[in-house]
Amino acid sequence: MSAPVYIAGTGVISAIGDNSAACLAALENEQAGMAEMRILDSIHRNRLPVAEVKWTNEQLASLAGMKPHISRTALLSCIAAKEALHDAGIENFSSLRTGFISANTVGGMDKTENFFKDFLADPKKGKLRDVINHECGAATELVADELGIKNYVSTISTACSSSANSIFFGARLIRQNILDVVIAGGTDALAKFTLNGFNTLMILDQQYCQPFDENRRGLNLGEGAGYVVLVSEKIAAALKKKPFSRLSGYCNANDAYHQTASSPDGTGSFLAMKGALAKSGLQPADINYINLHGTGTQNNDIAEGTAIKILFEPAYPQMSSTKSFTGHTLGASGAIEAVFSVLAIRDGLIYPNLRFETQMKELPFAPATKFKKGEKINHVLSNSFGFGGNCSSLIFSKI
Amino acid sequence: MYIRSVGNISAQLSFSQLLKEPAVYTTNRLTCIEPDYSTIVDPKLIRRMSRIIKMGVAAGMECLKEAGINNPDAIITGTAYGCLADTESFLSKMVENKEELLTPTAFIQSTHNTVGAQIALMLKCHNYNNTFVHRGFSFESAMLDAITLINDGDAASVLVGGVDEITNTSHQLLSRFGLYKTNPVSSASIFESEGKGTVDGEGAAFFLLDKKASGNDYAALKALHTFYKPAGKSVVEKNISDFLAMQSVDANDIDLIITGKNGDRKNDEVYEQLSASLFKNKVSVNYKHLCGEYPTSSAFALWLAANCIKTGIIPGLPTAKKPSTILIYNNYLSIHHSLYLLSAC
Repeated sequence: MSAPVYIAGTGVISAIGDNSAACLAALENEQAGMAEMRILDSIHRNRLPVAEVKWTNEQLASLAGMKPHISRTALLSCIAAKEALHDAGIENFSSLRTGFISANTVGGMDKTENFFKDFLADPKKGKLRDVINHECGAATELVADELGIKNYVSTISTACSSSANSIFFGARLIRQNILDVVIAGGTDALAKFTLNGFNTLMILDQQYCQPFDENRRGLNLGEGAGYVVLVSEKIAAALKKKPFSRLSGYCNANDAYHQTASSPDGTGSFLAMKGALAKSGLQPADINYINLHGTGTQNNDIAEGTAIKILFEPAYPQMSSTKSFTGHTLGASGAIEAVFSVLAIRDGLIYPNLRFETQMKELPFAPATKFKKGEKINHVLSNSFGFGGNCSSLIFSKI
Repeated sequence: MYIRSVGNISAQLSFSQLLKEPAVYTTNRLTCIEPDYSTIVDPKLIRRMSRIIKMGVAAGMECLKEAGINNPDAIITGTAYGCLADTESFLSKMVENKEELLTPTAFIQSTHNTVGAQIALMLKCHNYNNTFVHRGFSFESAMLDAITLINDGDAASVLVGGVDEITNTSHQLLSRFGLYKTNPVSSASIFESEGKGTVDGEGAAFFLLDKKASGNDYAALKALHTFYKPAGKSVVEKNISDFLAMQSVDANDIDLIITGKNGDRKNDEVYEQLSASLFKNKVSVNYKHLCGEYPTSSAFALWLAANCIKTGIIPGLPTAKKPSTILIYNNYLSIHHSLYLLSAC
């Protein structure tokens, strides 16, 4: 990738914290975000743990500075995007060509599913304001308008890899001199629709998930949002706070195996990681840490693990799944984990893979289990794989 | 950038039929004329697909077939609403059964990337695959992804399309928002009724964009520009004139303007103003009486423009000069504005 694209700021909200600093503290203190459902009103409340952001919509709305009746997807997005923008501290923001590129999987479904109760009983019933922001793009526009971003808005939805795609798409628009600044990432709120969907697939863990463990049982769903502020070299040079990392590689590939399952040898995952390395001009041995997709399902972890085995053999980088803290935040996960990857570079961190007990018998490596500081982290690979065979890998590098 | 081939499923049977006699409907809901899918997609696969997936996959496969390509460097889809029928099916059962006794099929197919994923799966295509879901910019985002991917040297030929479906529920709901005419009108006369509302539409249109000319392309795509929530009509005009200036194109060079007029009086004001200013004395045609109004309808307009350039004939204007430069200007709900410039190869 010729013209570099820098990370000027990060923002995140998840079950383990309302901002980057709070999430880092929870990662260091090994505090997972899973718990019994408190906000989502589902019959699965006592059976399926989830990683909820602990605030009600009213509380989130006051944090976001938005109206409480809008979708939780937009509220979470706004909080993380505002943090990212504030963190970047771009002074002449309004004079720059700025874009907001977000991602999510079900848009305003958290409101639509309640609207549908009334609507199904009588198609003339149900409050229209609960369905007006149903489309995925609506959440993006609510936040773009709140941030005052007009030059470019877009939304990506490729299931669990959505927000990794929004990050490299944003970087490409900067590199091609179409935009100067892009706030890129994604958001998803827990919804009964998603919870029940994953439940029918029988891939939800009734206990707290154990990614990359021989005895893993499935995933826990989570919610949240994550954004990075991407800037061109010219903008980076003018910033007070100098960026410490850049997006050095990315690749989007397709597994082309099955609508929901990964191929046994992780073809798509392998191609995404290999392609990202090629784009960055790095060798596998240059990668210091892999933030795994690591959902905790039988299928994902063996596919991803096998792909890593093939690509990195015989020297494996340290790796972990932070979904053991945040749960699987779907459309937000790629961006939340991109933020964690960038912070790992800044502070020299390795995050623990919580609750890991037994190494997978097919794999010659195990994830990191202890939080480590003062590591030399120059290059981090972050994986995001999803339904539809959509696989994306990002590489962040220290400057 | 060249448009090498197209695949289109819409309320019109084909471009040649459109030249002969466009399909006219008396309704506020224009639905697609669907082909015999068994000639395009393996019948075993079709049975499991919902309507939008069938339309999207078939339009994509027809496009690839025409180009003679079975492994494009990228597959990129734009859809504002995604797979509505599957979403509704799972959602309704979830509400009715109070979250019990649910099956996964509709959920699996409800994700917005299903059309792009199914095309990749059928082709065993491991290349770049992306789906954009940004309302009236869904197709434009997909196009920009394709164009910048090609400009980056990461792809030479890209399959890119826009697809959206109407369901009974979506039509009922959008009607409650007052989007459509309440009295059925002939689709041929929606611009004359000058009332409130337009007609609902749907469609699937795919294009094979290629970096190099093949010698048998439909048209060259010169440029694409979008702008969001312009402050007024003068901002719209400025965006259009700046866009043309950037491409070193004079308004006199444009042979045909395809506009996104939809028959809603308020929506159409901006087009009326342009026809008295920037577009004065220009040959122009509308397209939403042919396919209806929907967030990815600009993909239909692009299909129309590509065919006009290839054949040299403009539907409804058989005696007009053969168009070699076409400008498309569309907006969706006055929020999402898009411009496309095409020329003969």
